[in-house]
Amino acid sequence: MHQPSFVERHLRVIFPLPAILFIGLLMIFPILYTLALSFTSWNLTSGAPLRFVGLRNYEQILTEPRFLDAVMRTFGFTIFAVLIEAVLGTVVALILNRAFIGKSLAKLLLLLPLVATPVAVGIVFNLFYDPTIGLANFALSSLGLPQGLWISNAASVIPSLIVVDVWQWTPMITLIVLAGLAGLSEEPFEAARVDGATQWQVLRYVTIPMVMPTILTAVILRLIDALKTFDIIFAMTGGGPGYASETLNIMGFKYSFEYFRMGQASVILIALFFFVLLCSLGIMKLRASSEN
Amino acid sequence: MKKILTSTVVLMSSLCLSAGAYAQTKEIRVLLANHPYGELLKTAIPEFEKQSGIKVNFESLQEGQLTTKLTTEFATKSSSVDVFMTRPLQEGKMFNKNGWYEPLKAYDFSDYPKNVMSVAAAGATPFLVPLVTEWQVLYYRKDLFQAAGLQVPKTFAELEATAQKLNSDAVAGIASRGKGAAAVTQLSSYVYNYGGLYIDKGVAVFDQPAAIDAIRYYGKLLGTYGPKGVTSMSWENIMPLFQAGKVAMWTDASVFYGQIVDPAKTQIPAADVGIADLPAGPKAGSPFIVTSWGIAVANQSKNKEAALKFLDWASSKELATKGMLSNITMARTSVWKDPKVLEAVNPGLVATRAYAAEKGYPLDRPYMSAVGEARDQIGELIIESINTKGASTTLADMARAKAARVNDLLKDAGEYGQP
Repeated sequence: MHQPSFVERHLRVIFPLPAILFIGLLMIFPILYTLALSFTSWNLTSGAPLRFVGLRNYEQILTEPRFLDAVMRTFGFTIFAVLIEAVLGTVVALILNRAFIGKSLAKLLLLLPLVATPVAVGIVFNLFYDPTIGLANFALSSLGLPQGLWISNAASVIPSLIVVDVWQWTPMITLIVLAGLAGLSEEPFEAARVDGATQWQVLRYVTIPMVMPTILTAVILRLIDALKTFDIIFAMTGGGPGYASETLNIMGFKYSFEYFRMGQASVILIALFFFVLLCSLGIMKLRASSEN
Repeated sequence: MKKILTSTVVLMSSLCLSAGAYAQTKEIRVLLANHPYGELLKTAIPEFEKQSGIKVNFESLQEGQLTTKLTTEFATKSSSVDVFMTRPLQEGKMFNKNGWYEPLKAYDFSDYPKNVMSVAAAGATPFLVPLVTEWQVLYYRKDLFQAAGLQVPKTFAELEATAQKLNSDAVAGIASRGKGAAAVTQLSSYVYNYGGLYIDKGVAVFDQPAAIDAIRYYGKLLGTYGPKGVTSMSWENIMPLFQAGKVAMWTDASVFYGQIVDPAKTQIPAADVGIADLPAGPKAGSPFIVTSWGIAVANQSKNKEAALKFLDWASSKELATKGMLSNITMARTSVWKDPKVLEAVNPGLVATRAYAAEKGYPLDRPYMSAVGEARDQIGELIIESINTKGASTTLADMARAKAARVNDLLKDAGEYGQP
């Protein structure tokens, strides 16, 4: 009689093992390590060894006005950017879903911002936004409109950064929604038309509800990404002027690699992790209910 | 078969030979900065490799990234760096306190001025070799001055009046860094000229009236006559404006002179660009003159002999001369006395250096371990002052709070009250 070998007996464990190791080493370990660091005082500038300090870092950071501002800014940036991207992305997808001349060219052009390197995008937009020699103000003054300070002013820096984010990431939403639209079955549309629905009614009561789960999937992906935005902001403003565009991720970077306070930086990053988790769970719940 | 055997033997023996040769070659890892002198070293390294037989693996990094990389590698004890370029004022105190610099007892420092050595040594033990010096100057547009019939300002009062006269919609009267932490170094000379300091005997004193007056003056000057959006400008934003002819005067470090008179990079004829001493303030005429870059051996290096050899070469008088001829203002005294060198260097640089060397102050930022965070604190005051054109009613209170915070940082690092 054939005796099953060790491998055969433990297939259930061995097959998923690489995936488990990967998740364990590259995802769970760093999170737990950051969590552990957040309870310690580890300041690289002082040369003192790592010391357990309990909740002191949390007390200090969570009551720091700069942190609270960064939280509000992170959410403000994310909500506005993703909302605009979702609406614009869906509209563009609906337009591209129809047959028209030059459609493939339009799709190709749409992809370009997606493949651009964020730091290069940041540098180009920095030049574009320059208040003295930038194209944005040159265009405005040519039209006889008042000039702006864009990323050089505390009040306009976040909206200016949102514009860059929208420029770069709307195509992603468009692509996902376009794929969703292509997969819809024809029958509900025919039924609606037989019932005498107008084009607007078909869009409002058939297309949008049917494609909603896809839109929400795209929004989850964007939301997680937008909450963590780092490259564009770091390349364009470094969190400035002052702290006017400092999001949680930028603040975490400054605390770790400019101030070298690893414990406190970990608190900021744990908070960011918590917010990303919370938002993702919320949207996933919304998606489940829209599918029902 | 025989043929195969023979070629295998030949291959094996050549592999062994090359492995032996590889084991004999000394290798060192060197971190350089993206700085003109770093570039000069890069091009000269093959020459060093040839004469010393030491293989140099170098990496070039932007200054902020260099500090981050070194700090992280040294603090986590995972570094294989042997030699590195270092900013004495930014990281010197921290690196020395943590024992990351190898003491340089055998090096001959007789060619370096005393005030330069104050940031290169702890007591009698030097830990880095100064490479590059820079000082604050006033760059100005000779053509605009001539057209307006103006003289180069000698005092802060004249500076403000000149900025006012030259300021127009097309050209900003004056520019200087306004971007928070990046502006702290340029504000320093203004503070000194008002009779203030950032830190005195280990205590933050930038909330004292002299420093507050300087911050107000700086804010008024830039807020009223500065380029649009100056609170987000460091030198990399101001230089293109100056090169495009959008700025009449610019106070910044001497190191940019070469680039603003380089015809390939600027739209203004070199003849129209002037360089002058930073105008004096109500209390003093004391611009910063600092050792912006040095070079050091890592304490944990396992190839110290080769590393020291590289350090000697990289800080040699020959290379310093080469640096001077490429418009890099070197720290060695002798190269500033060499008539051949002086012939090639712009007389404006020589004259402003002489003034700064005589009257200047050897620091341009709070000299402490947690300098990055302290600069952010002072940077907030600069932005507040520029935004209110120097008239902020909360500036003094803000400064008190920021100074208290910097004092906390000093206490955390055990540097509070230390001279």
